[in-house]
Amino acid sequence: MTLPNEDLLQIYEYMLLTRAVDDRIDLLFKQGKIEGVSFSSLGHEAIAVGAAWALGPDDVVAPLHRDLGAYLVRGITPRQVLAQFLGRRTALSRGRDGNTHGMGDLNLGILGYVSPLPDQLPLTLGAAMAFWVRQEPRVALAFFGDGSSSEGAAHETLNLASVLKAPAVFICENNQFAYSTPTKKQFAIENLADRAAGYGIPGVVVDGNDVLAVYDVVHKAVERARRGEGPTLIEAKTMRMRGHAAHDDAFYVPQELLAAWREKDPIRRFEAALRQQGLLSDELAEEIASRVAAAVDDATTFAEKSPFPEGREALEGVFCDV
Amino acid sequence: MEVTYLEAIHQALEEEMHRDERVFLLGEDIGVYGGAFKVTQGLLETFGPRRVIDTPMCEIAIVGSAIGSAMMGMRPVAEIQFADFMACAFDQIVNVAGTSFYRWRAAVPIVIRAPSGGGVRAGPFHSQNPEAWFCHAPGLRVVVPATAYDAKGLLKSAIRDPNPVIFLENKYLYRRIKEDIPTDDYVVPFGQAAVRRKGSDLSLLAYGAMVHEALAAAEVLEQEGIDAEVLDLRTLVPLDEETVLASARKTGKVVITHEASRTAGFGAELAALIAERAFDYLDGPVLRVTAPDTPVPYSPPLEDFFRPDAAKIAEAARRLAAY
Repeated sequence: MTLPNEDLLQIYEYMLLTRAVDDRIDLLFKQGKIEGVSFSSLGHEAIAVGAAWALGPDDVVAPLHRDLGAYLVRGITPRQVLAQFLGRRTALSRGRDGNTHGMGDLNLGILGYVSPLPDQLPLTLGAAMAFWVRQEPRVALAFFGDGSSSEGAAHETLNLASVLKAPAVFICENNQFAYSTPTKKQFAIENLADRAAGYGIPGVVVDGNDVLAVYDVVHKAVERARRGEGPTLIEAKTMRMRGHAAHDDAFYVPQELLAAWREKDPIRRFEAALRQQGLLSDELAEEIASRVAAAVDDATTFAEKSPFPEGREALEGVFCDV
Repeated sequence: MEVTYLEAIHQALEEEMHRDERVFLLGEDIGVYGGAFKVTQGLLETFGPRRVIDTPMCEIAIVGSAIGSAMMGMRPVAEIQFADFMACAFDQIVNVAGTSFYRWRAAVPIVIRAPSGGGVRAGPFHSQNPEAWFCHAPGLRVVVPATAYDAKGLLKSAIRDPNPVIFLENKYLYRRIKEDIPTDDYVVPFGQAAVRRKGSDLSLLAYGAMVHEALAAAEVLEQEGIDAEVLDLRTLVPLDEETVLASARKTGKVVITHEASRTAGFGAELAALIAERAFDYLDGPVLRVTAPDTPVPYSPPLEDFFRPDAAKIAEAARRLAAY
């Protein structure tokens, strides 16, 4: 599957934007402007952007806390992201939820998540089930992590999705650590994708730091699901490049491991490939970088100038009354 | 037409599925088998396997996927085979269904139907009354019908409501009660308690199967010269506070009964409401007649001891009347 050059450059720009927003979040947290916790997408740009790029406009995605790139690709703006992290009324959750939690927008086909992360799996299956009941050619894509893979929700969902041949795709971001727990304490197999055999569905391992490889396997899985052939389990291998959350210095992660993965940085790799193909000149790279920087500055100004909600707004909207 | 409580629920499902093609059912053994209690019998044949989905054993996935489908515009009705097994899906109900609208304006119009309650010798895991768990979790409607008329009308309201609804059917009542209900479409709105018997000496507050025990107790009490009022709460969230308070203020004496265990049961909430807002009218302590704080035991003498009934309610009412 060859993408048009225009798509390649857009993917590159979304990856850069993801990292720039992520860096700004890190800065705002260190400045004490983000209260509570904050999660980083650093190193996950290829999975989030590549997978989201493989969806059609009517498809649905259920991203997690390291999938900032997927939110951005689907149309959530950096302004909305930073307003959400700063707990402002202009955020998608109007301050009711923090960081990327609850940053859903059904108009953009994005399902918000709860802290028990594997809950995105049955939620996604439900979206796929709606398409299956109505026999619409739409697909739902869920992200989950190596930690989530151990939870019962993951098993129940993969099994039911397989039995129904639901139009769903499940992409596991195996980033080596669930908080402080390394994968060798999480499961006793080499590849999580091997579990697909137990559900009677295809399982695919992909290099999670290669954006086009991610795009390619997700695109194939999405089109397979759209044809009514059922779900696919994809395992994208990558590395969590910061701690679990901003408070966590990840002392338990060996420095050599981080150094090795830093060499495989998904953005630098893709940028090198684009330059090698003659698609990215110094001038164009500069133009894209300044556009990204301007968007992040604008979003920061917007978020910081946005009002906080009033305390009593906490009482509003527990129930839907329409 | 005279129908049982169970047939009334079946009718509500069938009529809503005809009325609205977004309504579909999912659950264990609900299709070919027709449901463990046969509530959904025949619906697979009428609506086909994409609207009556037999699932594997997977309460998490049943509730979670119901939520996801609702976000995509469907109106799922999930059957959890016994209310006891809702514990398996607790996270989906409480963390996902109950909070999504509040957090990101994603309405979750799902109904989770589950048979609850004991008295049928079904033991600790087929007899539970989990309503208080869900009343305590924000964002959930909790519905507890006591009559065939209400079971149908409240289930229709539940399916049409834009919020997650926990619909606790009382399995003791499924085939034990019958009544004439209208053949045309009707709904019973949420948040309106029913005064099942007017009285002036004391108030008996009940829901589900306990409404019938309270009414039987009131008959006995009447012969003893005690005029009891019986309220059927119908829905716990939303609660018809005004009808509860009006009755408490009128009689000044209140007995609350529920099949669920005592501590932090819904009776505690009712007692607190009355203490806060009808204190000046009370002529005696608010009493609770509930199950004790134990699992639901199996053996008949144990379960009969465990479960509140008309005699236990009447005994408490006599003490309160004499206070």
